[in-house]
Amino acid sequence: MITVAAAHKSYGTFKALDDVSLEIPSGSLTALLGPSGSGKSTLLRAIAGLEDLDAGTVMIAGQDVTRLPPQRRGIGFVFQHYAAFKHMSVRDNVAFGLSIRKRPRAEIATRVDELLDVVGLAGFQHRYPAQLSGGQRQRMALARALAVDPQVLLLDEPFGALDAKVRDDLRRWLRRLHDEVHVTTVLVTHDQEEALDVADQIAVLNEGRIEQFGSPEELYERPANPFVMSFLGSVSRLNGEIARPHDLRLIRSRQQAEAEASSAGVRVTDATVERLVRLGFEVRVELRHTSTGEPFFAQLTRTEATALDLQVGDRVWVRPTRTLGSDQAAPVRALPTEEEFPALAV
Amino acid sequence: MRIARPTRIVLRTLALVYLTVLLAVPIVTILWRTFEPGFGAFWESIRTPAAISAFNLSLLIVAIVVPVNVVFGVVTAIVLVRGRFPGRRLLSGIVDLPFAVSPIVVGVSLIMLWGVNGWFGGLDNVGIRVIFGLPGMVIATIFVTLPFVVREVEPVLHEIGIEQEQAAATLGASRWQTFARITLPAIRWGLTYGVVLTVARALGEFGAVIMVSSGFPGVSQTLTLLVHSRYIDDHNTHGAYAAATLLMFLALLTLLLMTVLDRKRPGQPSGATIAAATAPAEADTDAEVAGADDPAPPGPVASAVPEPELATTTRSSR
Repeated sequence: MITVAAAHKSYGTFKALDDVSLEIPSGSLTALLGPSGSGKSTLLRAIAGLEDLDAGTVMIAGQDVTRLPPQRRGIGFVFQHYAAFKHMSVRDNVAFGLSIRKRPRAEIATRVDELLDVVGLAGFQHRYPAQLSGGQRQRMALARALAVDPQVLLLDEPFGALDAKVRDDLRRWLRRLHDEVHVTTVLVTHDQEEALDVADQIAVLNEGRIEQFGSPEELYERPANPFVMSFLGSVSRLNGEIARPHDLRLIRSRQQAEAEASSAGVRVTDATVERLVRLGFEVRVELRHTSTGEPFFAQLTRTEATALDLQVGDRVWVRPTRTLGSDQAAPVRALPTEEEFPALAV
Repeated sequence: MRIARPTRIVLRTLALVYLTVLLAVPIVTILWRTFEPGFGAFWESIRTPAAISAFNLSLLIVAIVVPVNVVFGVVTAIVLVRGRFPGRRLLSGIVDLPFAVSPIVVGVSLIMLWGVNGWFGGLDNVGIRVIFGLPGMVIATIFVTLPFVVREVEPVLHEIGIEQEQAAATLGASRWQTFARITLPAIRWGLTYGVVLTVARALGEFGAVIMVSSGFPGVSQTLTLLVHSRYIDDHNTHGAYAAATLLMFLALLTLLLMTVLDRKRPGQPSGATIAAATAPAEADTDAEVAGADDPAPPGPVASAVPEPELATTTRSSR
């Protein structure tokens, strides 16, 4: 288990970490997710000991490691740009940690071969990093980090420098690897799809704070605030509320819409269809708020869209079936309130 | 840019003529003059006691100067690249000073400092003779050769960044182990080149050394000083040519030795691969990390090689 308590870190006036506390369960694969500058990498590097905290503590497996250098924290670290030892062969790269620990040669050889097998680089022992592709280099870096049997494996945007196809493959491969090896793993990413895909637990960071920590499902279904909701998946904003585009119900008759709305206790928005995009199974309806001119969109299934028989220019009434309560802390406050704009009250 | 064929031929010819007249002709002339009277005469004039002493003295100075410059040069380069302290730019400027100052000025200032009437002249009273002795010549040579190792190692340090060293730290390597096993091999080529330049300059230094040497043949003459004194004082032109050839031979040998040493390690990628194989496309670097420890723009030899099969890249020109 990794425990970070009340961590603070500033660079000049910029607060990279602002009172961050987090408990990462043993054996889990946890993602630190957030936009650039949210503090996710700083947090990871603080766990690794590559960054000193201004205040707060880091515990790994019950031991306070706050003052320990990275060498003595029992970690494995994988960098975005691989940090391959370019003057060493693949074998020597992977063997590095073990040879520093002065393990017997035979043991090192066995362990290295075993790991190269696990990461799918058997037969590449004598190559140099320059002779490997990006994905291969990153797998080598993973083997190197795993060679020393770390208590925790820390990955800093490990697939960030790779192209999309390789990234997807490696991501799935990492998940399978984690299921086999079971080492507590923390992964930093700015890609919400990546986090949802591989992680058991996701911590969403923003401006040096943790906005929410939970399972991917929890975060998607019950986001704690508009930031989390809009960072994980797409959202539509209407009348100062945000809703998932697939949680918007389009109704052709005003009476029906108002009847449904009053029984559900929500408001109805008057909108015009601007564009219809058919993406296979899903139909994306781009709409414009009739009174404010604000654009937003809804996602329908093909069946729903066919039943509605929508045409560009049609007027529809939109009722959210689920929303997240209006946003005090939302980064962008786009829509006027009812008081400012009485016409909105339907 | 496309250049018309005739223009291209003219440009090439110009470049070749320029190099021939300025570099090849003088060297060939000296070789010609040296061996014109036969190899025996050459051998004899480099076997005189004065020549042997000069040869030994030159090698001795090189043997002292090179290790000193390697140690201090590498340390200075690391401080300049990795350090964050006020006055870093000033220090960087000071390192370049020997390039800017005329060697003869160096000689004069050394006499002012270390001479009998200089600030540290008191050393003479306790029997340590700096000026007109070996220490003075060594100090003068160190002064003029100081920038080479620093300036050759610096861009390579920039180039490799700190991630490899951090990776080594997370794998349990101590600072010293990281330096010996990661940093040093990575800067090997730059260091080699710096050493070659240092050796060449140390052998060839004239202005600074002649000011602080007593210049007695067989005692305090380096090979370079010997060439000068034979030519100017003794009017022994052939002797001067022979000593000059010996000097050139030494420099050539250094170059050759370094190249061989660099290739000796089996399976090593050449220096270029180290420079060339930096991480591909710096895609989306997090601002938070960049702010924390982004060293500097990559060095001048950077060229991204994203995919394999490119390990055969030849060494980038300097």
